[in-house]
Amino acid sequence: MSDVQLTGISKSFGAQTAIRGMTMDIPDSSFVVLLGPTGAGKSTTLRLIAGLETPDTGDIFISGRSVLRDSPAERNVAMVFQQYSLYPHLTVRENLAFPLRSPMLRTPEPEIARKVAQVAEVLRIPHKLDNKATNLSGGEMQRVSIGRALVRDPAIFLMDEPLSSLDAKLRADLRIELKRIQSDLGATFLYVTHDQIEAMTMATHVGVLDAGHLVQFGTPREIYENPANLYVAGRLGLPRINALPAGIFAGAPAGAKTIGLRPEHIIQGDGKPAQVVRVEHLGDQTRLHLQLDGHDVTTLTDPHSALHPGDTIAIQPRAALYFDASGARIA
Amino acid sequence: MAQIIIKGLRKEFGAFTAVQSSSFTIEDGEFFMLLGPSGCGKTTTLRMIAGLELPTAGEIWIDGEEVAQKPASQRDIAFVFQMFALYPHLNVRGNISYPLISQGMPKAQVRAKVAEVAQILGITDILDRPVGGLSGGDRQRVALGRAIVRDPKAFMMDEPLGALDAEFREHMSLELRALHDRMRATTVYVTHDQLEAMQMGDKIVVMNHGVIEQFGRPQDIYDKPATMFVAEFIGSPCMNLLRFDGRVAPGATDVTLANVPLTIPRQHDGLSGPMAFGVRPEHIQLTTDGAFRAEVRATEYLGTTQIVTLRTAQGEVKARTGSEHRIGVGDSVGLGFDARTVTLFDATSGHALRSDLNAGVLENV
Repeated sequence: MSDVQLTGISKSFGAQTAIRGMTMDIPDSSFVVLLGPTGAGKSTTLRLIAGLETPDTGDIFISGRSVLRDSPAERNVAMVFQQYSLYPHLTVRENLAFPLRSPMLRTPEPEIARKVAQVAEVLRIPHKLDNKATNLSGGEMQRVSIGRALVRDPAIFLMDEPLSSLDAKLRADLRIELKRIQSDLGATFLYVTHDQIEAMTMATHVGVLDAGHLVQFGTPREIYENPANLYVAGRLGLPRINALPAGIFAGAPAGAKTIGLRPEHIIQGDGKPAQVVRVEHLGDQTRLHLQLDGHDVTTLTDPHSALHPGDTIAIQPRAALYFDASGARIA
Repeated sequence: MAQIIIKGLRKEFGAFTAVQSSSFTIEDGEFFMLLGPSGCGKTTTLRMIAGLELPTAGEIWIDGEEVAQKPASQRDIAFVFQMFALYPHLNVRGNISYPLISQGMPKAQVRAKVAEVAQILGITDILDRPVGGLSGGDRQRVALGRAIVRDPKAFMMDEPLGALDAEFREHMSLELRALHDRMRATTVYVTHDQLEAMQMGDKIVVMNHGVIEQFGRPQDIYDKPATMFVAEFIGSPCMNLLRFDGRVAPGATDVTLANVPLTIPRQHDGLSGPMAFGVRPEHIQLTTDGAFRAEVRATEYLGTTQIVTLRTAQGEVKARTGSEHRIGVGDSVGLGFDARTVTLFDATSGHALRSDLNAGVLENV
């Protein structure tokens, strides 16, 4: 396993700039998740590291060595895509062994057998090794396609939304599995997604991308509790952070344009009157949709709250975040 | 607008029974959810109410009239599929007017009606635009407008938000519900997404394999699941079911699980044999001592809370705790359960045992 560094990487496609001056350190054995909406530059970053694209400026280092002149095969990276593409006519065992049989590697057969058995164990599919690839559930197929990357001992695993085509329950299971596999192997993962839950739950480090810029890089807790700007604050947290004019509550610091209030950072009891518009009982919590001086505000309350639309409650902020006119965090 | 009563409704396709004898009532003005996994019979039920399928047996009463064997055209119901089905060659006004013009409504009346609907949906300013260039949200508003404009007795919606990405879906579900709160039209809505059902519904029917598992208000279904299926289908993560061989007598206030006595709501039913101890993730506390032991397998940070996955002698358990507690993988912890919230299930039949907690709700199942 290896560390990977990007320094001052830019990449344009015609008039479209995909990546703007990206510098990022992916430490050895880390699980880095790049989070951003469609078009933020997530997949382009993966493809640049894999060697499927060439940067316009900047350099890429794997284990301290520039790889810009290396072909994709020479870079020794493994990529897992959203759509698992297994060889349907082969068994699970043959699918897993396939990358090792590449003429470039010339892996001896006993070594192949050993590797396949080991990976099957890690993925908890040893009993499925002799099944046809098409004779598997969606989750098993995605595990096999991850396994095909694992057999190779690459410098880094590049994963492009590998869980997004699976149903919710399976995604939740595989999130834990992937995290376990990464930490058991001590592997370096770069994983891109637009799903904030995946980013928060799996990452050792999250990189938040906005239109090709890496706007913040840190642990999930740092990004959630200490966002660098309003954009980052809005990427993590469900329901989304409330962004209101800074003057709506007293106590805003000088230069503040916007106050950012996470739903759980609104206290009820004292403060400004707000009207209850809608009450959503979600089971473990109740969401309140409020109107405060003409602004929509979402907050959380007790699951068995007796509040009804039309009620008025008093609210005030706790642990508010403040942002200036450019969106930068100032307090 | 109308009340809808379903009595003993049943649908067979050859040897396959899609919907077993089902009965429930949708009150006038309710936003009513049919929830279940794919193949559970929810869409077939909706299509029978709309008149797109004829039932094998049973009655459907809409607004006091029995319509089970009547064609869709005589039921005065608007069906909203995936909301993007618009006529591409017509503009917004043309799309919304279409159902009225085809009914032969006079032009001036159509104009007034379309203006009113556009007002409700907030799309007055785009009435003369072609539908081709509209945003996804506006296209959905237009499709809704076409359903609303007829003033039907009820709306049937089949996963109308299913194709949208998560963020936009959240936005549209709020908007759809706000629209319903203004119009109060009886709406029957099919979804496989339990969160969407909890969020939008006044009442929920949970279906599985053509059978109604539970029918009631969202919070009641969450707190007092009638079956193990409901317990595991609702909630994210779902209710933990700790399976064990045990014994409870009527009137019991505790049960012994892995040699540890645990307090439970006073039981009305007795049972001896395979059962399951049902507890929601947020009703589990992690303690240092505590007789019921578990090993931490994973923690998932979610901002203010975290999900802790634990290994116990009774299988995997998930707990939700505040993220300020630092918990390490491999730690050995004790588990405490909020006794007031526990449901015991007969693991053979899958049904909840009645107790002081759930008896009031289960009577109506």
